[in-house]
Amino acid sequence: MTFELLLVLAAGLFSIGLFGALSQQSIVMIMMGIELMIGGIIVAAADFWHFLAPTGSGQVVIVAAVVAMAVEMAMGFTVTTAIYRARQVDMTDMAQDLKG
Amino acid sequence: MGTTAAVLLWALGVLALVGGVLVFTLNSMARVTFALLGSLVCVGGVVTVLGLPYLGVVILLMMVMEMVIMAVFMIAYMMNPAGLMPMSMLHNKRGALAVSGVVFAVLTTAVFVVPWPDRPRVRPVDTTVQVGMSLMGDQMLTMVTLGFVLLATMVGATVLATHRGRYDRFGDDLDQRPAHDPAGGGVGR
Repeated sequence: MTFELLLVLAAGLFSIGLFGALSQQSIVMIMMGIELMIGGIIVAAADFWHFLAPTGSGQVVIVAAVVAMAVEMAMGFTVTTAIYRARQVDMTDMAQDLKG
Repeated sequence: MGTTAAVLLWALGVLALVGGVLVFTLNSMARVTFALLGSLVCVGGVVTVLGLPYLGVVILLMMVMEMVIMAVFMIAYMMNPAGLMPMSMLHNKRGALAVSGVVFAVLTTAVFVVPWPDRPRVRPVDTTVQVGMSLMGDQMLTMVTLGFVLLATMVGATVLATHRGRYDRFGDDLDQRPAHDPAGGGVGR
């Protein structure tokens, strides 16, 4: 598999994730979309590291993306818990206005 | 790149994409979670095949734990977790499809249009040593920043997810004794 094809794979994962993040109503499903998007970024970063820049800094980019994945997940679960506790809501459409 | 590696990359790439599509097409929440797990495990596999085994295994282990936790959350919070009744949880599906399609087209075009620099670069013998030396050397500031981000996340997540904080229990000035708790606790109360 070539450098360009791996970048296309990364773009595919990113786009599928973007579709999920834009279209899903459930907060947990939106998180899944974001996970897929970051997965695409990781593939692209690994591809760049392998073919263009096999340096330590290239690997650090992947480490940062993995940390972003973990942080996104943790805060997503927390927000879901907090908003469900406050309003019994787990859908973005139901949480679009302030509670009166 | 050898034939085995190329075949592995093709297989992992196709499986990752199929898993990603299944995430937003399946009904059952448990199946959705495991489809995402499969997709991200393939991402870890791609990273490993590309010569970064340490990061690949880290991604794999992290994703397994994350998705197990996510399965619990999905079944706990989402309606119709078993997917027994067909339902749509989408809004503006057409718009989202259009935006993601355009993004994919732009990215793919850019991939083939950009004049990438010449390929041959010397890869290190031990990539794990490389990332370790980098994080503990040149990129130490990045590592410290990531550490603080993780710490802040832990504190923030705990504070947000806690049902009753200290001000609920001890009042606005933290001087309310005994604490205002919904149920008594301890021996003899």
